[in-house]
Amino acid sequence: MNTKVNLCGVELQNPVIPASGTFGFGYEFTQWYDINCLGAISVKGTTEKERFGNIQPRIAEAPSGLLNAVGLQNPGIEAVLAHELPELRKVYSQPIIANISGFSKEEYVKSCALADADENVDLIEVNISCPNVHAGGMSFGTEASSALEITKAVKAVCKKPVIIKLTPNVTDIASIAKACEDGGADGVSLINTLLAMRIDLKTKKPLLGNVTGGLSGPAVFPVAVRMVYQVYNAVKIPIIGMGGVSSAEDVIELMLAGATAVQVGAANLKDPCACRDIIANLPKAMEKYNITDLSKITGGAH
Amino acid sequence: MKKSIFEIIENRSIAKDVCLMRLTGDTSAITAPGQFVNIELEGFYLRRPISVCDWEYGVLTIIYKVVGKGTEKMSAMTAGEKLELLTGLGNGYDMTLSGERPLLVGGGAGVPPMYGLCRRLTAQGKRPTVILGFNTAADVFFAEEFKALGANVIVTTVDGGVGVKGFVTDAMKELEYSYFYSCGPEPMLKALYNASATEGQLSFEERMGCGFGACMGCTCKTKYGNKRICKDGPVLKKEEVVW
Ligand SMILES: Cc1cc2nc3c(=O)[nH]c(=O)nc-3n(C[C@H](O)[C@H](O)[C@H](O)COP(=O)(O)OP(=O)(O)OC[C@H]3O[C@@H](n4cnc5c(N)ncnc54)[C@H](O)[C@@H]3O)c2cc1C
Ligand SMILES: Cc1cc2nc3c(=O)[nH]c(=O)nc-3n(C[C@H](O)[C@H](O)[C@H](O)COP(=O)(O)O)c2cc1C
Ligand code: FES
Repeated sequence: MNTKVNLCGVELQNPVIPASGTFGFGYEFTQWYDINCLGAISVKGTTEKERFGNIQPRIAEAPSGLLNAVGLQNPGIEAVLAHELPELRKVYSQPIIANISGFSKEEYVKSCALADADENVDLIEVNISCPNVHAGGMSFGTEASSALEITKAVKAVCKKPVIIKLTPNVTDIASIAKACEDGGADGVSLINTLLAMRIDLKTKKPLLGNVTGGLSGPAVFPVAVRMVYQVYNAVKIPIIGMGGVSSAEDVIELMLAGATAVQVGAANLKDPCACRDIIANLPKAMEKYNITDLSKITGGAH
Repeated sequence: MKKSIFEIIENRSIAKDVCLMRLTGDTSAITAPGQFVNIELEGFYLRRPISVCDWEYGVLTIIYKVVGKGTEKMSAMTAGEKLELLTGLGNGYDMTLSGERPLLVGGGAGVPPMYGLCRRLTAQGKRPTVILGFNTAADVFFAEEFKALGANVIVTTVDGGVGVKGFVTDAMKELEYSYFYSCGPEPMLKALYNASATEGQLSFEERMGCGFGACMGCTCKTKYGNKRICKDGPVLKKEEVVW
């Protein structure tokens, strides 16, 4: 039985990757299990400068999921490359995906170039869900033109595979994905969280300090399946699928929709051993559905 | 930190909307009073963080206030039912700093962790004074249990129904103590921070995505940098707190 997949030229022993923001910088999970069983790790979203993130509360519960408004808390790209990734490398030998965010084109370019030059980084995932401070705060990922612009700029300074991470908060995600492909992206990953909100009935005010937050978890899984399916129709580059994945069956379903690899987010927060268990259950689920080679099922539902 | 299944031995009401639950399971990851467990509840996506009230080999005690749907569900559970817990979460109280006459201050749902702390301090021969703050007489719990440990116990109620009328800080004015430990609602912690004559430790609450340091959902600023309440806390030293 084969669980290996090839993601933009990087071989993964299996397609299961903890999603950015739900696994810290990885090394603390060694207290729960040996993280060398993972296909790869996408580390916490990193910006050029250190960020504290949003005010509390940052977390709210949802039926079958949660809202987060962490606001990209991170120590900044230099600290991540100098301290966090070497710490992760001490305990982990599989591929590392740097996850880069920014509020201007210049910031994306600077951080991506630094990540590209770092020996611990294997792939670069560029999160274009942040508001564009130069263009009135609309997220880069909500316009095909700005997605194209960021992709081109980042590709110009990177030798390593560049994967653009897309927001689902758009009318036509396939056209944004196509723009990224046109800009030279080596892959796309989707979905980021869905814009959401809760109100505290006791105070009658928004529950999150930031008012709105991003919904993820099993609640969004069918949305992710639909979007991966649509994007697969629109582009030829590999897709990393994510959104609510919690089981080996979910991994297979997203791969059938069109994903080459799959990220697991919220499930890590509910159960620190989620990725380990999903990976352990993959062979059994493959057998159940008569799959012998996972790398062959991508897009099988089309 | 550990993930394991616990079985409920007892679950009973001990005051208005407050229940005590005892469970049996693997308590080996719990290393200090003031740590917490994160409880998986069927039908809820996020776990519920609850302080360790006390523990011994194979037995865990928690006390929780029914404030919403999750704790309401817990209150309806009975002996023999099982729960999946993450145990050994958070730093807990540093007992080495207590001095001979520590002051322990618990307010409402912040009283439980003071018990495990008090039992260990008295076992070390320390002579703690405990202030337990509640709203009304109907809310009071565990005053007798703390007395049974040999502690000097003062109860305060906001309406004066029992004990000293007022807040915990009204009861500490004349007290002499070497150090303080506290847990309770944030306004109480802040008042205590300002009223306390010594150094001490305060336990904070924040809404949690994971409870074990992965999501940055619970971060707050301190004088020593950003700290995750679930992992670098919930206990902070007075000297580092930023309000
Ligand atoms: C480290 C820590 C230790 C705690 N120890 C105790 C304890 O010993 N006894 C006790 O009675 N309570 C304790 N709490 C508070 C307890 O976690 C909440 O009262 C409980 O989660 C409420 O759940 P619910 O479903 O009934 O309420 P809901 O309001 O329906 O819960 C909705 C969501 O908000 C979260 N939430 C609500 N109130 C709080 C709160 N005050 N703090 C953190 N998250 C909250 C819930 O976990 C859940 O995710 C502690 C909290 C923390 C962070
Ligand atoms: C607490 C939290 C923090 C996140 N932080 C980031 C981040 O820093 N960068 C990023 O690209 N995505 C971030 N995400 C989005 C996830 O990587 C993922 O795209 C999304 O949660 C959907 O997957 P899920 O339903 O499995 O959680 C975060 C999600 C959560 C829940
Ligand atoms: S709750 Fe996730 S880091 Fe503290």
